[in-house]
Amino acid sequence: MGRITTYTTIYLLACLSAQLLCSTVFAAQVKVAVASNFASTAEVIVATYAELSDDKIVLLVGSTGKHTAQIQYGLPVDVFLAADSAMPSLLEDKGLVIDGSRQTYALGRLALWSKDPLLVDANGEVLKKSRFKRLAIANPKTAPYGHAAIQVLSNLGIQPSMVYGESVAQAFQFANSGGAEIALLALSQVIDLQRGSYWLVPSKLHSPIEQQLVILNDVQAARDFVHFLLSEQALSIMELHGYTRPATTSYTRPALNDNTAPAQIESTIK
Amino acid sequence: MFSEADIAALMLTLKLAGISTLVLILFGTPLAWWLAKSAWRFKFLIEALVALPLVLPPTVLGFYLLVAFSPQSSIGHLFESVVGQPLAFSFTGLVVGSVIYSLPFVIQPLQNAFIAVGRRPLEVAATLRASPSDRFFSVVVPLARPGFLSAAVLGFAHTLGEFGVVLMIGGNIPGETQVASIAIYEHVESMQLASAHWLSAALLLISFCLLVLVYAANPKARVLRL
Repeated sequence: MGRITTYTTIYLLACLSAQLLCSTVFAAQVKVAVASNFASTAEVIVATYAELSDDKIVLLVGSTGKHTAQIQYGLPVDVFLAADSAMPSLLEDKGLVIDGSRQTYALGRLALWSKDPLLVDANGEVLKKSRFKRLAIANPKTAPYGHAAIQVLSNLGIQPSMVYGESVAQAFQFANSGGAEIALLALSQVIDLQRGSYWLVPSKLHSPIEQQLVILNDVQAARDFVHFLLSEQALSIMELHGYTRPATTSYTRPALNDNTAPAQIESTIK
Repeated sequence: MFSEADIAALMLTLKLAGISTLVLILFGTPLAWWLAKSAWRFKFLIEALVALPLVLPPTVLGFYLLVAFSPQSSIGHLFESVVGQPLAFSFTGLVVGSVIYSLPFVIQPLQNAFIAVGRRPLEVAATLRASPSDRFFSVVVPLARPGFLSAAVLGFAHTLGEFGVVLMIGGNIPGETQVASIAIYEHVESMQLASAHWLSAALLLISFCLLVLVYAANPKARVLRL
């Protein structure tokens, strides 16, 4: 008991001093808005980053569309990991991001999934032969994976009856509850599942799902985290979780005392 | 079972509900008293305004608040220049949102309770030389106690269950604006169903216990009479 009390005291003191330190320049806090589909992968990356850096990364999970709207109304985040490229470019057009920070950090892959272990075959024939009643996909108007799913169906020339989830997570719920027999989801959702059956949809059947990031607040800690996110270590974590690395990873870390950088930053802020 | 973030979300929810209820009782009591006693012709306009959050979709309220709180708007700008920190995506912003959102749940039970007290006890007290404030605190408040209890519990419970408004104006910042209902949504979105189950069960239990407490303490008080 005594030891537990001591540990508790130490922990409370640590929390307190951490709070105090946060208000000074010591260990920085970086707020990262992250797309729901990337949240679990981001958590692993953040845990790995915690071993390398004292900076505290706080993840704000939500849909990319909502984050984009909230950022325009002043959501205080330093980095935005979006689920697509459209929303980051919209923010870039509005002059809300640090110039030159927008880049692809991961490519999403689609998977055809069913909770029935025998329904989905290795070549996705089940889709073409329509051996199911309903296909669940994410809303193609708002979700990039839903948009890609529509491209797959039109490239295969099939028109199954469909149900739309608000996001890929809801599309998964539909298929997992049995409301729909089959679903076109993000590979990252089903790659770690030990149930059902899935088929990795060939990437040539849809245009690339480019998940892009932008830096919104020019602080060194934010740049450090983005630098790590695009490092070999983080990219291999992403690959384990069902993402493909972007074609070019030629991210060069822009130094804050770079000759050109400060001028750019100033013009962005003004 | 519960992660550190889940416990933080639960505590934040209780804190938000507690502070909002306190603010609502403090500012709602005079308003409800005025609504119960006033003979103003256009009182119904205020009553309709107070009842609006009952029928308005939370997303509508949340959207307007999001626009109003942003640093670009006059309200958001004024708040930021006076207090020094932005209203949008802050705990203070959530309190303001919750107070508006739960307003009818506090005003209506109080107003009904004040009407039920009637004029007679107050007139009797006045003949005994009780001052207006004395009449209110020693006659009205004890007689309207079930009304206060209903108002406080409904205001608290309704704020516990708040989702749409917080989704719009909160920004899901852990420890600052991430309340339990938002944390549950996030768990479901990221397929952490076990965590979602635990947190949901906690909210269910808290809400149920609150209502049991009220009904047990007041077998005759009709708490939910909106």
